[in-house]
Amino acid sequence: MLILDCPYCGVRAEETELTPGGEAHLKRFGPGSDDDDFEAYMFARKNPKGVHFERWRHAYGCGKWFLAARCTATLEVFGTYPAQTAEPPADIVDKIRARRPDWTLT
Amino acid sequence: MKRYSVFAIAREAMNHHQGWERAWKSPVPKASYDAVIIGAGGHGLATAYYLGKNHGIRNVAIIEKGWLGGGNTGRNTTIIRSNYLQDPSAAIYEKARSLYETLSQELNYNIMFSPRGLLMLAQTHHEVRGYLRTVHANNLQGVVTEWITPERVKDLVPIINIDGPRYPILGALYQARGGTARHDAVAWGYARACSDMGMDIIQQCEVTGVRTENGQVTGVETTKGYIGTRKLGIVVAGHSGQVAEMAGFRLPVESLALQALVSEPIKPCMDVVVMANTVHGYMSQSDKGEMVIGGGTDGFNNYTQRGSFHHIEETLRALVETFPMISRLKMLRQWGGIVDMTGDRSPIISKTPLGNCFINCGWGTGGFKAIPGSGWAMADLMARGEPGPLAAEFDMWRFREGRFIDESVAAGVAH
Ligand SMILES: Cc1cc2nc3c(=O)[nH]c(=O)nc-3n(C[C@H](O)[C@H](O)[C@H](O)COP(=O)(O)OP(=O)(O)OC[C@H]3O[C@@H](n4cnc5c(N)ncnc54)[C@H](O)[C@@H]3O)c2cc1C
Ligand SMILES: [Zn+2]
Repeated sequence: MLILDCPYCGVRAEETELTPGGEAHLKRFGPGSDDDDFEAYMFARKNPKGVHFERWRHAYGCGKWFLAARCTATLEVFGTYPAQTAEPPADIVDKIRARRPDWTLT
Repeated sequence: MKRYSVFAIAREAMNHHQGWERAWKSPVPKASYDAVIIGAGGHGLATAYYLGKNHGIRNVAIIEKGWLGGGNTGRNTTIIRSNYLQDPSAAIYEKARSLYETLSQELNYNIMFSPRGLLMLAQTHHEVRGYLRTVHANNLQGVVTEWITPERVKDLVPIINIDGPRYPILGALYQARGGTARHDAVAWGYARACSDMGMDIIQQCEVTGVRTENGQVTGVETTKGYIGTRKLGIVVAGHSGQVAEMAGFRLPVESLALQALVSEPIKPCMDVVVMANTVHGYMSQSDKGEMVIGGGTDGFNNYTQRGSFHHIEETLRALVETFPMISRLKMLRQWGGIVDMTGDRSPIISKTPLGNCFINCGWGTGGFKAIPGSGWAMADLMARGEPGPLAAEFDMWRFREGRFIDESVAAGVAH
């Protein structure tokens, strides 16, 4: 069972309270962008076996979207942070590095 | 290879069963092959089989990190049907279903194909319209399906509750030649036939890298050393993203857990497969008497082969409503597999940005039924380097070009 701390209301939410929202930190490409960028934004996914950054919504709680850093191979959770961030914050990156020395942020 | 037959059973019964051969060999990998296939699931093994049978390419290795058939092929609920909506889907799934009809004889291996009939229940008016459309589409595609009334549903499935308070049954899409087969036997049967053709099935050997030269594949790094090849087929289902990364490209695929469970065995009570897409559950009865049950996928990326408990609860709640008599059944086993989901819920059988490297993936929650047809189409693609009619529409560039083969509405549950 997956448990994530909502960074807004502070509730320790169990997964039935949450809605998953897919890969985080996607850079949006819209009209006018080239085909490769648009395709990658729309469809190509990292889908890593290991460290993954994701969007989640505290659907049956405060209703807010937030982001989580998780390992898809072990279900370990490294931390959660507000959605208004363009890249993973330094403290989350440090926590991941401490647990996964070989990991690099791509 | 000694053939299996009643005479073989009689002979071996006299002989204390000393004369049975190993079904397949466990060879040491050669330095190189004409074709290497990564993944000894049903799709990888069927690809190898038809490479040998249809195209005469037999210097082939199938490399498997675990044991053959231990991925989704050995974890699924074995539903076979071809009542899809879009033409390219109907073509490949019906090809597969029709190959299943005679596969036991062809492989000389009992895959227990049981065309017992399959019902997709309509429980909302929206679904009624959707299935009527599918029946018309299927008739045009030459796939035999029909629309049946709630009374006929009750006739076929006496244990069903057709006038439940929330979602009464309004009719069903019925495919009389849909059904089930023994999943392990499909992998084992193909494996035995491949080994007999002289192909090498290398188990306990993980591919860890793909070597290339001038944009062409030259071989794979594995835990048993480097293996050279002229052609590479990636057929690894849930691990497609990971292996594609090794080959230098990204896929429109995400890996999620899909779960299934079986009950304690009970006396025969249901001799068709029933799918209830609105309430999200499906059920059939195995030859052992267990009720085989599945539902929808879990919602987040996952490689752990186990899922979340609340999905099981939702699936069972839905099925208890539809089949009240199962409410007291004990569930015996539950498991998960990692399914590779594409955006349009259709598979990818395609060339890749890397030369002489081909991929077969994206079967997601519903690829067991497709194994023979998929292997047929993938072998054709690998042998000729160009897709034949079955694979043509399933290339990986269809997303970029907006040519979706949209089956996401047609399949409400995962099967
Ligand atoms: C619970 C569940 C229920 C399902 N129910 C149905 C159903 O009722 N009907 C239906 O049609 N379909 C169903 N499916 C879907 C079906 O199981 C799959 O689509 C199908 O089995 C995929 O077969 P495959 O050969 O592509 O993959 P797999 O059988 O998963 O084979 C892939 C193989 O690749 C190997 N591999 C991965 N990475 C590497 C590597 N780096 N090196 C070497 N080997 C590697 C894996 O170990 C694995 O054995 C279900 C799936 C699940 C999980
Ligand atoms: Zn909250």
